[in-house]
Amino acid sequence: MAITVRVPTQLRSLTNGVSEVTVNGENVGEALADLGDQFPGLSDRIFDDSGAIRRFVNIFLADEDVRFLDGPQTKVSDSQVISIVPAVAGGAF
Amino acid sequence: MAGFRDLLGSIKGQIREVSTQEAQELFELGWLGVDVREADEVEQGAIADSLFIPRGNLELQIEGRVSDKSQPMVVYCAGGVRSALAVHSLTLIGYENVVSMAGGFNRWKDEGRNWQVPKVLNEQQRNRYQRHLLLPEVGTKGQMKLLESKVLLLGAGGLGSPAALYLAAAGVGTLGILDMDVVDASNLQRQILHNMDRIGERKVDSAKKTLSSLNPDVTVVTYDLRLNSENILSVIDGYDVIVDGTDNFPTRYLVNDASLIKKIPVVHGSIFRFEGQATVFQPYVGPCYRCFVPEPPPPELAPSCAEAGVLGVLPGIIGSIQAMETIKILLNIGETLAGRILSYDALEESFRNFRIRRDPNCPACSIDPTEIVISEYDELCMPHPSATTVLSLH
Repeated sequence: MAITVRVPTQLRSLTNGVSEVTVNGENVGEALADLGDQFPGLSDRIFDDSGAIRRFVNIFLADEDVRFLDGPQTKVSDSQVISIVPAVAGGAF
Repeated sequence: MAGFRDLLGSIKGQIREVSTQEAQELFELGWLGVDVREADEVEQGAIADSLFIPRGNLELQIEGRVSDKSQPMVVYCAGGVRSALAVHSLTLIGYENVVSMAGGFNRWKDEGRNWQVPKVLNEQQRNRYQRHLLLPEVGTKGQMKLLESKVLLLGAGGLGSPAALYLAAAGVGTLGILDMDVVDASNLQRQILHNMDRIGERKVDSAKKTLSSLNPDVTVVTYDLRLNSENILSVIDGYDVIVDGTDNFPTRYLVNDASLIKKIPVVHGSIFRFEGQATVFQPYVGPCYRCFVPEPPPPELAPSCAEAGVLGVLPGIIGSIQAMETIKILLNIGETLAGRILSYDALEESFRNFRIRRDPNCPACSIDPTEIVISEYDELCMPHPSATTVLSLH
């Protein structure tokens, strides 16, 4: 299953500056694991030690937050897009 | 040779006139009053809840203001002549249920019926806000609403600058500005409220000068302080909307928890290098900040703009979106970003929407607002805001 993952600015230093990566997997967790295999260091930024998605990283399948679907077990279908949207505090002062 | 009297006589024969007593009964049944007098007459007094369209603009504007041709309307002017002509014209346009009030507002007033001095825009305001007044979604009523509204801007920096400038230009009557910094030359790349002459000056004072010279209708209230658990509830009290342009997680959680207690919507903006996010946290209607970001990232994973850099135009775009969302909330028009996060990528020039949801187990918005405890937050933005959690920690 070919899935596109969108990588935010904060994590592009780990993907050689690439913003979209094609990965394989049957569910969100597998797709992101494949991403981590392709770019070492990325998995630590997305998953904690127990393998759960970190609480300050929102993962969207199409436009839905996977926390409100089945989390990493959320099934994906061909050519869907996963977006990694980390919390950003930066403002203005 | 026919004259005006003949025309008026002919028209009065073709329309329905009602007495002031009948008109009052029709208003009570829900008929819409349409006042076709000029602005300087309306300013002296009018029947409550009337729609004001001067006779000269009536045909041009009525379909934009009253789209339902079956809407029953009582049209009035000062004495009943202009309203008779108006009703004739409205009938030709297709309005089915329109009557003219004989004797007009003067007789209504002489008979001691209820009237009021309407809140209206003065001449300078009608000119200044003309482009707003042309929008049916804003109009005089919406502009009056903006002039009576109070918005608090947290930060007079990159996001707060464009947001404050546009809100002041739009005529939001009271703008609170909170910032404890002074203007530095490195701010000017993006913080367009300030300029070279203000370097070293308190940002709130610089902001006040800029906004006051832009629009004298705006009262600027300044807060040269750092938000903390002691002052936040009193600072935000009485504001209709909070525009959050703060730069760190602890403050954003503090703002979230306090806004839930006060039930004030927060228009959120955040930026990083070339990417920005905006959303609206509408207390107890949509998700809150803790639903969206249950825990902050550790500091090493969340560098600030000072460390990571930001292209100066980026906060201009996100701050402008915050101003737009604020005005939509104040006017109750359109669909706000409540329940959606708008993500902007400047390098590829794309906007994406993602759905964000209320977390039924949210430590802040799933509990009763009276149980939310505002306390100091450490780097991890703990403790969670419920009294029980706080107690169990001790």
